[in-house]
Amino acid sequence: MSTLQPALEKTALSPAVRRRPRTKQVTTAAHYLVLLIVSLIIAFPILFALSTSLMTPAESLSSPPHLVPSHLNFTSYHNALQAAPLGKFLLNSVIVSAVIVAGQLLTSSLSAYAFAFLRFPGRNLLFYLFLATMMIPWEVTLIPNYLTIKQLGWLSTYQGLAAPFLATAFGTFLLRQFYLQIPRDLYEAAVLDGCGHWRFFLTVVVPLSRPALGTLGVYAFLQAWNMYLWPLLITNKTGMRTVQIGISMLQNEEQLAWNLIMAGVVLVLLPTVLLLIIGQKQLVKGLLAGSVKG
Amino acid sequence: MNAVVRARRRGRELWSAGPFLAPSLLLFALFFFYPLGKTVYLSFFLTNAKGEAKSFVGWQQYAELFASPDFQHSLWTTLLFVLLTVLPGLLLALLLALLVEKPLRGMAFFRTLIISPVTVSVATASTIGLLLFNPSISLLTYGLKFFGVPDIAWLTDPFWAMISVSLVTVWMGLGFHTILLLGGLQAIPQELLESAKIDGAGYLKRLRHVVLPLLSPTLFFVLVVSVIGAFQSFGQINILTAGGPSRSTHVLVYSIYRDAFFNFQFGSASAQAIVLFAILLLLTLLQFTVVERKVHYQ
Repeated sequence: MSTLQPALEKTALSPAVRRRPRTKQVTTAAHYLVLLIVSLIIAFPILFALSTSLMTPAESLSSPPHLVPSHLNFTSYHNALQAAPLGKFLLNSVIVSAVIVAGQLLTSSLSAYAFAFLRFPGRNLLFYLFLATMMIPWEVTLIPNYLTIKQLGWLSTYQGLAAPFLATAFGTFLLRQFYLQIPRDLYEAAVLDGCGHWRFFLTVVVPLSRPALGTLGVYAFLQAWNMYLWPLLITNKTGMRTVQIGISMLQNEEQLAWNLIMAGVVLVLLPTVLLLIIGQKQLVKGLLAGSVKG
Repeated sequence: MNAVVRARRRGRELWSAGPFLAPSLLLFALFFFYPLGKTVYLSFFLTNAKGEAKSFVGWQQYAELFASPDFQHSLWTTLLFVLLTVLPGLLLALLLALLVEKPLRGMAFFRTLIISPVTVSVATASTIGLLLFNPSISLLTYGLKFFGVPDIAWLTDPFWAMISVSLVTVWMGLGFHTILLLGGLQAIPQELLESAKIDGAGYLKRLRHVVLPLLSPTLFFVLVVSVIGAFQSFGQINILTAGGPSRSTHVLVYSIYRDAFFNFQFGSASAQAIVLFAILLLLTLLQFTVVERKVHYQ
């Protein structure tokens, strides 16, 4: 019996064993083929935007349309930055995004400290108040916020674009979760040494939480850079538009060729594309961090 | 004694907590809690063009909304848009995640291409959409001609406008949804798949009985997030169709935007915002009580 068993197994398995490498190769090849086709279809709009941005104006307007430019023509980037004041739009977006990122990092790291390290009356109630701000769709606060900004005379200003986004409950939660992992002993020891809250916060907590601050920073940047409805409402001067508004209005207002508009699109995509290629992990972390919000 | 010390310490920590909390609380008060109350308040008032409440009308604006054919049309349009974007988007992202999950050589490259839509914003995606749907130079129409498809009026035909806006929306969300589902797939323990394989379960059987049940929390999460996102869609509609043609893409948020900032009916627009909030709240609760029962948590 014991001598028969391996022989039986061998005969039973052998056709399968012989067939396997061939079928496996074929399925792998098929898998690659499907992957190639599917990934080109999914990435096509972005690749086509890049391709169009390198065409001459005539090529970008021709019918039947060109898929690729006859030769690489980089002048559209130069023209987009100059003629369509895309340079100014980019600058506006950079400033507003930087202010929002800095603001969120500052306000969130401070409030997270209070929730993670301090025990004070009403802490739970406040925590729920913070939570409430995440539950309510922001269309609900949109109209009064617009009226407030208008009353402050902040329409078409950087402060008007950034102000409503400087504090986030989500950032507070993200950082609080991180702070809670900091050993309690460290805090007790610091307090025993007579170290005040501010010194402990600045010299221990902030340096230790750099990874979480990075994630929040990427998330806040993506949000701010891609914002659409708020800057659309708040900016009524061309010179103050953010790049998202600028790019989507190029088509309506000026008779610009598509190569110029697509050059603009590529420039707007640049920061996030770079994040995807160089810091995919950071980008994914930043995006995932935000998804908790829903 | 001890209680007194503790109370004193808590009191002292309240003083320490103040400056840490003040910046966030101040900003929330000004840009969240005050406007939240104000929206509810405005929804009960007729307003002037400056957005000042003029006369109290109670529930009248809500009643008028639900009696108005335009608003009913907006609600149905929104529902149709949600149906057209959420389920196809979820299914497509699932297929993509399954496709890029296999650890093949060079997969990082394909994965990057497939998740590349995460890099677009609503404005850039819609601007590219304008180029691809452009009547005179549409590469899309031109490409479909090869397959014998007649010319499609992408943005000017009421039926196709809805399809075009949905296409852009699904594409925009694909990258992110695929990332989420890929994360879910990678969290499935390999031992379970191996033992199912040894038991003779083929790929589809394993998918149905092992992978999908274990992935259901992630699928549920993506469902909830994309339903909420779809209800709040605005940019792609404003850029691609401006609610048209003949109101075929006039969704709820677009209607709020028009009524508040073009018709200056801040009261009615506020009531619509509250309706949107109520719908989202109800739907989220519904999803948590009905759909979540079918979700398998480990």
